[in-house]
Amino acid sequence: MKILGLDSSGIVASVAIVEDDTLLAEYTVNYKKTHSQTLLPMLDELVKMTELDMETIDAIAVAVGPGSFTGLRIGSATAKGLGLALKKPLIAVPTVDALAFNLYDASGLICPIMDARRNQVYTGIYKFENHELVTEREQWADAATELIRILNEMGQSVTFLGDGVPVFKELLEQELKVPYSFAPAHVNKQRAAAVAALGMKYYKEGKIQEAAIHSPQYLRVSQAERERAQRDESIQPVGEDCPVRSMDRLEKTGGTV
Amino acid sequence: MKDTLILAIESSCDETAASVVKNGRTILSNVISSQIELHKLYGGVVPEIASRKHIEKINQVIEQALADAEVTLDDLDAIGVTYGPGLVGALLVGVAEAKAIAYAKKLPLVGVHHIEGHVSANYIEHPDLEPPFLCLIVSGGHTHLVIVKDYGEFEILGRTRDDAAGEAFDKVARAIGLGYPGGPKIDKLSKEGNPDAIDFPRAKIDGCPYDFSFSGVKSAVLNYLNNARMKGEAVNRADLAASFQKAVVDVLVEHTMLAARDYHIDKIAIAGGVASNGTLRDAMEKACKKNGYSFFRPSPVFCTDNAAMIGVAAYYEYMKGTRHGWDLNAVPNLKLGER
Repeated sequence: MKILGLDSSGIVASVAIVEDDTLLAEYTVNYKKTHSQTLLPMLDELVKMTELDMETIDAIAVAVGPGSFTGLRIGSATAKGLGLALKKPLIAVPTVDALAFNLYDASGLICPIMDARRNQVYTGIYKFENHELVTEREQWADAATELIRILNEMGQSVTFLGDGVPVFKELLEQELKVPYSFAPAHVNKQRAAAVAALGMKYYKEGKIQEAAIHSPQYLRVSQAERERAQRDESIQPVGEDCPVRSMDRLEKTGGTV
Repeated sequence: MKDTLILAIESSCDETAASVVKNGRTILSNVISSQIELHKLYGGVVPEIASRKHIEKINQVIEQALADAEVTLDDLDAIGVTYGPGLVGALLVGVAEAKAIAYAKKLPLVGVHHIEGHVSANYIEHPDLEPPFLCLIVSGGHTHLVIVKDYGEFEILGRTRDDAAGEAFDKVARAIGLGYPGGPKIDKLSKEGNPDAIDFPRAKIDGCPYDFSFSGVKSAVLNYLNNARMKGEAVNRADLAASFQKAVVDVLVEHTMLAARDYHIDKIAIAGGVASNGTLRDAMEKACKKNGYSFFRPSPVFCTDNAAMIGVAAYYEYMKGTRHGWDLNAVPNLKLGER
């Protein structure tokens, strides 16, 4: 089974191809160029290097969020386009789960933290039990101080990783009352290999989706919706659908010639 | 000769759209998912919400466009996509999607300038129209007067110095409580009003006879409303809408006619969302008739954002050999004529 993994949820852009228990290729770049410019050329490079026939891929696993809204959409749109063209299903892998999976079989708690701005983090709490990733607390967005409170209450040792580490390191060191450590460079950011490997597990459990219905999980509403909800608490968050108008055929399009 | 089929994708603002175009002139399908109802709640397009809706809808829209055209991706010759100008987050959805499809199907990728698309909308229903011609492009984000010298080749004669024409419509509509989007609402209300009731200014820019400025007329409207409010006078909104609209349309038509005369061009086209404005269409048609010019305008459905026009523009770019790489990025402020 061959899974293509994509992650452009954060500052890292990463693409990987995993075949069964083997990582065929992975390309990870942590550089200022936008994911829009890097992601597909990186995939192209992997495909050339491994002489991969895209048609042989079984599914496309993509980091579905949380993360940078724009970054998530670049990854999702790329996955959706590939899925549509290749007629392959997508696997939505929660970004924080995939980060935790980087630290396979680590002891104690695993706590990925992503900088969510405004002193907040996207995070989740995990551990490995009998070589399986167990979710202690599903990924969510919260104040960094609140995460620290929860971890102190849990009273277990923690390993941190993620792009939130440099941002909140000082705070963590000041406030944590449990033993802690920080993951090293090769596993402390998003890696598409982890997205693909975890994606393969999900695939086997039947957790796949049609490319058409796939959408990022932002964990946060947009600022405009938040402000609107604050103005009028009775208004429900926007979920209205947008009608698709199909103006097929000549009479409806106003005529082709 | 074998037909050339292009799938085009457009997501630069608040419409998710896809279309299949044959040989650059025949529209096999034209699917649009409009978000307008959603953005009405906010009085204008909210970029983040627009981007979120694009990603939810895009595959469905593309699949519908292929189904309506009764083709598959295997029948296509190229993928065209709008890569600017527009909202960056919105553009990126279409660009990333188009690149992925083109990559997976090993198809050439052709990035299209959104405004070039609007101009190209004129080719759809006018098989006899070919460059060179003069085109007035008026929309919520753009007001340009250009000579279309060849397919994809433009000489910009005039542009707005401040607000786009459509923007002025939106702002005035908001001020008189009509809501978003302002253009169609002002156009409708104007039908009940007297366009000569209030004399709003027509801006001219010294030394740049083809340039536009709409902030003056917009301010004049706001001042008029303010004065009436201070004096406790009721405002006839229909008269105001009609008078404002006439002030804008007069300038658009006058500058276009001036350019046509100066540059000896007898083919005039209009394009962009505001080109569906009934008063503008009528006034331009009348002026063209009077001067003996031929007048071209797209049906309203091809004036608003759509992917059919992108497919037409993509076809001519494709035939000229334009190909974009897998690193194609969204360019929110892409200039007309830039590649």
